[in-house]
Amino acid sequence: MIMRPSREVGIVGYGAYVPRYRLPAEEVGRIWGGGQAGYPVREKSVPGLDEDTTTMAIEAARNALRRAGIAADELRAVWVGTESKTYAVKPTGTIVAEALGATPHTQAADWEFACKAGTEALQAAIGLVGSEMVRYALIAGVDAAQGRPGDALEFTAGAGGAAYILGPREESLAYCEGSLSYVTDTPDFFRRAHERYPSHGGRFTGEPAYFRHIERAATQLMQELGRKPADYATCVLHQPNSKFPARAGKALGFTAEQLAAGMLVSDIGNCYAGSSLIGLSAALDRARPGDRILLVSFGSGAGSDAFSFVVTEAIEERRNRAPLTWDYVRRRHPIDYGTYVRYRQKLRMH
Amino acid sequence: MRLAPHWRVRAQRLQLRGEVCQCCGERLFPPRDVCPACHQPADKPFAFCGEGTVYSFSTVYEAPKGYERFGPYTIALVRLKEGPLVTAQLTDIDPADVRIGLPVEMVTRVLREEGEDGMVIYGYKFRPVLEREAAREEARA
Repeated sequence: MIMRPSREVGIVGYGAYVPRYRLPAEEVGRIWGGGQAGYPVREKSVPGLDEDTTTMAIEAARNALRRAGIAADELRAVWVGTESKTYAVKPTGTIVAEALGATPHTQAADWEFACKAGTEALQAAIGLVGSEMVRYALIAGVDAAQGRPGDALEFTAGAGGAAYILGPREESLAYCEGSLSYVTDTPDFFRRAHERYPSHGGRFTGEPAYFRHIERAATQLMQELGRKPADYATCVLHQPNSKFPARAGKALGFTAEQLAAGMLVSDIGNCYAGSSLIGLSAALDRARPGDRILLVSFGSGAGSDAFSFVVTEAIEERRNRAPLTWDYVRRRHPIDYGTYVRYRQKLRMH
Repeated sequence: MRLAPHWRVRAQRLQLRGEVCQCCGERLFPPRDVCPACHQPADKPFAFCGEGTVYSFSTVYEAPKGYERFGPYTIALVRLKEGPLVTAQLTDIDPADVRIGLPVEMVTRVLREEGEDGMVIYGYKFRPVLEREAAREEARA
C-alpha cells in the first residue's frame, strides 16, 4: 500500500501563517452557552477584515521560499489545498503564483478534500518531483474555516496554514520515507454547493470517521516501513479539537511528549486543510537532524494521508531564514464575539 | 465590471515590483519608465524587499466607497528601504499604535471587493515588523 516515488523527494522549504486575532472559546460560550464540560480549545485564530485563504497562502508560501533559498520562477507547480476558496470558480493558485513571482511557467491549481486537501496536494507534489517531471513544486494547506453561529464548530473553526516546497532529497531539510492513503466514502461532514456553512454528523465524526481513518493510515504506514512509535521524535495528527488527536495518538502508542511539538489546536483552533500541515511546520521548527516525524492528516468525506519524514542537517541552517510557527501563534490579539461577527462578516447587511 | 486596469498592475500590487534606472541606479515605485532623477529611460523591473518605515500617516474614519468595511483604518506614507515613498494602508495594527518611524513590512491583503459577484482586488499593505524569536535570541547573544 505504501507509495514511494522513483526519485527520493523531500521538503526543501516550509513556512507557516496564522492571523493575528484570537477568539477565546469562553467568548463563544458567553454568547451561546456550553462549556460546562470544558471547551474543545482555549481560543481560535480569526482572519482580519482584509485576510482570506489567498492572502494566508501567499504569506506561508513566501516563508517557504525564503527557507528553500530558490528563485520563485524555479517552481513548476503552485497548488493550494483548501475548503474556503476565495472564488468558487478561479484558482487561488494563480494569485499565489503571481504574488510569489512564479508565473508564467508553472502549474497552478486548487485541491479539495475537506481538511486533507493540503496533504492530498503534498502527496501529488511528491509524485511530480519524484517522477522527475519537475525539480520543485509548492503546495499549501490553508483555510479560513466556517462555523455556523451557535454550532459546536464555532468554538474551533480557525484560520491559518502552511506551505511546503518539495524537491530532490539531496537538497531537503526533511525527506519522505514513504506515504500512504486510507480513503472510504464516509459522510461525516460536508458543505453543499451555495451553502455558507458546513453540516456535520456530531458524534459520527469521531469513531467511523476521524479515528478509523487516522489510526488505520498510521498503523499501515508504520507497519510497511518497519517502524514503531518509539522510532519517531514527533507525531503530528489532524487537530479538529484538543481531545481527538490526543486520544488517537495514545491509541497508536505515542506519548504526550511525542505529540506536543505539533499540537497547536488549543492556541489557534482547527485550521482545516492547514491543520496537520501547520502542526508539521511547528514540529520542524523544533526538530533536530535525524529526527523522524510521522504526519497523518484527516479529511472528512473521508480519508487520511500518512507520511514518514526524516529530518536532515539542512534544518539547522534554514530554520531561521523565515518566521517560526510560534512567532505567529504568539502574535495574538484577543477580540470579543461582536468583533468576530464583524470580521467574519456573519451579519448580512442586505 | 473593471478587470483590465487591475490586471495591468498585478506585478506592482502583488510583488511590489517597480523599476530601476539603469543610468543612475534610482529605484522607482510605482514603475513609470522614465527616471525622475536623470530623465533617462528606466524600464528594468525591480522587486522591492518590502521593508520600510512609516514616514507619515493619517487615520480614515469616513472611508470612500468600496472601503467602508475596513474603517477606521490608517493610511501611511512608507519610506521603502530602497528609497521610494509609497502610499499604502497599514494593517494588523490599531490606529492608536501607529507612530512615525515605525518599522513595517509589506504583506499582500485584500484591498477591496467589487461587490459580491465582482473581483477581489489584492495588493500591498504594510504591517508592523513581525516579532521573531530568532531575532530576540540573536539580540540576547
